[in-house]
Amino acid sequence: METLTSPLAGLRARGIALGGAITVYLLLGGGAVFLLVGCLQSTRFAQLTVSGLAVGAAYGSLALALVLIYRATHVINFAQGELAMATTYIAYQLIQWGLSYWEAFAATLAIAFVLGTALELVVIRPVQHRSVIAAVIVSVGLFILIDGVVNWIWGGGIRFMQSPFSGSYDLGGVNIQHLYAGMLGVVLGCVLLVWALFRFTKLGLGMRAAALRPAAAALAGVRVDWMLALGWGLAAVLGAVAGMMYEPSQLLLTPTFMQEALVYAFAAAVLGGLESPGGAVVGGLAIGVFLNLLAGYLPQVVSLEVPFAFAVLLAILLVKPSGLFGRREVSRV
Amino acid sequence: MRGRLPALGSIAAVAVLIAVLPFTLSSYNVSLVAQVGIFFVAVLGLNILTGYSGQISIGHGAFMAIGGYTSAVMSRDHHTNLIVTMLMAFAICFVLGLLVGLPALRLSGAYLALATFALAISVPQLPLQWSTFLGGTGGVQSHTTVSDRWIYGAAWSCSAILFLLAWLILRGRVGRAFRAVRDSEIAATASGIELSLYKTLAFGISAAYAGVAGVLFVMATNGFAQPTEFGIILSLQILIGAAVAGLGSLWGILAGAAFVGLLPQVSTSVPVIGSDHGRDVVFGLMVVLVMLALPDGFAGLLARLRALVRA
Amino acid sequence: MTALLELQDVEARYGPVRALHGISLAVEEGTIVAVLGPNGAGKTTTLRAVSGTVRRSGKITFAGRSLGRLGPAAVARLGIAHVPEGRGTFSELTVWENLRLGGYTRRGSIEPELERVFTYFPFLSERRRQHAGTLSGGEQQMLALARAFVQRPRLLLLDEPSLGLAPVLVAELFRIVRELNEKEGLSVLIVEQNAHLALQAAQNGFVLEAGKIALAGTSEELRADDSVRRSYLGY
Repeated sequence: METLTSPLAGLRARGIALGGAITVYLLLGGGAVFLLVGCLQSTRFAQLTVSGLAVGAAYGSLALALVLIYRATHVINFAQGELAMATTYIAYQLIQWGLSYWEAFAATLAIAFVLGTALELVVIRPVQHRSVIAAVIVSVGLFILIDGVVNWIWGGGIRFMQSPFSGSYDLGGVNIQHLYAGMLGVVLGCVLLVWALFRFTKLGLGMRAAALRPAAAALAGVRVDWMLALGWGLAAVLGAVAGMMYEPSQLLLTPTFMQEALVYAFAAAVLGGLESPGGAVVGGLAIGVFLNLLAGYLPQVVSLEVPFAFAVLLAILLVKPSGLFGRREVSRV
Repeated sequence: MRGRLPALGSIAAVAVLIAVLPFTLSSYNVSLVAQVGIFFVAVLGLNILTGYSGQISIGHGAFMAIGGYTSAVMSRDHHTNLIVTMLMAFAICFVLGLLVGLPALRLSGAYLALATFALAISVPQLPLQWSTFLGGTGGVQSHTTVSDRWIYGAAWSCSAILFLLAWLILRGRVGRAFRAVRDSEIAATASGIELSLYKTLAFGISAAYAGVAGVLFVMATNGFAQPTEFGIILSLQILIGAAVAGLGSLWGILAGAAFVGLLPQVSTSVPVIGSDHGRDVVFGLMVVLVMLALPDGFAGLLARLRALVRA
Repeated sequence: MTALLELQDVEARYGPVRALHGISLAVEEGTIVAVLGPNGAGKTTTLRAVSGTVRRSGKITFAGRSLGRLGPAAVARLGIAHVPEGRGTFSELTVWENLRLGGYTRRGSIEPELERVFTYFPFLSERRRQHAGTLSGGEQQMLALARAFVQRPRLLLLDEPSLGLAPVLVAELFRIVRELNEKEGLSVLIVEQNAHLALQAAQNGFVLEAGKIALAGTSEELRADDSVRRSYLGY
């Protein structure tokens, strides 16, 4: 800290920050080149990359939900994955009742929004300002509760949900399943819509202001409490998108199908920076591709996937707790 | 636990109650109360960490797993006495706790929660990879198995010994340093307290407690150490127990241990919901409600009641 | 005639500490009113009581409506803009977004307000895409003021606007406030350490001491008062 007193040291600190940003972009650029070359060399590599990106988009969407909530209320929502799982079951039920897939999809998003908003209003608001531990434990309680409710209503058995995409097409000799292209498209589309909402609308501006400086936002007439509740609603919508799109890639619907995804979403959020929405999505894609390639080429270490993801997470937390994009986030949304 | 030994009367009451219970309860209920004893040890340990150094851990199930596997492997390969394995688990987890505590120094709040969550998820995966030594999904079977009553006695003896140990640690220099660190890190550093030393130490002690709880836990599952038994839920249960307990009261820790040890079992057969699913619904709901109603846990409730009585 | 803003026996507390011990004051429509007093007298708390950012009791009416239990957002919607002490800006948002937030409570386009604000603060127009955090301290203070103007308030609460500003900027800032008061009838309740400036701009003033009103009157009366002269004007 004391080094910052001299202007020279300040300059040096800024230089390091700039150097860090350049390193991050070089790293990402290098990764992209590596993937591109790999895809051109081998069709198997290309297929693994595409399916990895698709699954990674789902992780990214869930990670974005976590980041939105963290930024707004400084709560890490351990129930985010289970909420996504529960909303996927709702979509399943709606389809069983005769709705088409996309009707059920839209209805589920609306239900998820209401559910997320209600949760914030009823159980999170009272503990939000108390302590990190209290908020974490409430979200853990929600985790168990949602799990229990889903098991109660639908049972723990395996269900089959129809996939909205089938077939495949050929791209330069690489066989790409519609499923993966569709996942990637829908998830990234929804993420873009949420981004546009935050970036270009008055409501989004109010939500950002409420998250950044609640007291000052209130003085400008922003109803901060409502903004935070809406933030939870939007996070639940992103989670629902992640759940519904992730499910077909897992083939089966079970009450535990989002738990591993939540783990990877945590890793993605930390990788990108807990305060960085863009970083969460990039982090999700990176982890999706990385794990898919790992499982594809080194099947003997499959059981180490989770510990590995977390060794990475731990390393990032220690070396750069703000994540890859953490610094940039300070001045930009 | 807070400086002076809590009123001897209440300790004696608890001790007598625990000594008499096995003679009046059915075998099933004895194993339930033994379960509470196991959680008492783990919650006591986590209470030292969160309550006295202000750090959070969602990863203490990992230390329970390490302790449990230590005991099972030693028993399988060398037929070691279970008490000796307990000491071993205590030592190993203490050292590993120190090792985890070091990087944890750089993290706080939400970040520490995530890192320890990572630990809880990762450790149970390790036996799957090194399956010849650690038994894979099938788990490790200890050489010796023990009766419910034996576990009951062991669990509550450990509870008593470790409670005494915690009291001895916390009443002296170390305890004062812990409290100073919790209340204000900056002030503690300014008054010459080696911050990193004490925070790491708190991590090590609480991990060692979890290790002993892990040994007992494996004994209670017929001497089987299995990866699925040490899932994330276990870590969450310990954390919930510590939160329900609140800070530094014997009764609080008992309440927290009973909450996570008994509630899931008791609520398996809830009327309307029925069957197994009732368990999670009731447990989850209770966790949320208790956190909303008792912000400072059971210990906070007791303190408030005491203030009411006095007033 | 009833005043635009009226406080009667208003108390305010931070936890167990009482900061205002029942103060009563009024701001007539179209006037500038200064609040003077030593540090810790409750000047800032007075403004916070009006905007609802501190727990208060007593009677506060604005344009005939009781502010009673309204929170800060609701008070802002009634037409009261509060520029808090220090930087009331969002350094992570762009200048334009900060101004847009000023117009948050209003429906429809805020273009006319923006144009008006840009005539007073031309530099904001050039830097509308820049993050507010990149502005200098003085510029951020101007931005905070500009944001409050976009809100088109009937009453402006200004807390220590001169704090940390160069004298040239302070003079400019007060000139703008007076101009808005004269041209557009904006009412202002201003807390200011610099009693000279404040009494020059204001028609009326109050002196707060230890959470109570010690003195009230027109600016001329206050300037002529011996104790005010000694304590706040320094001659």
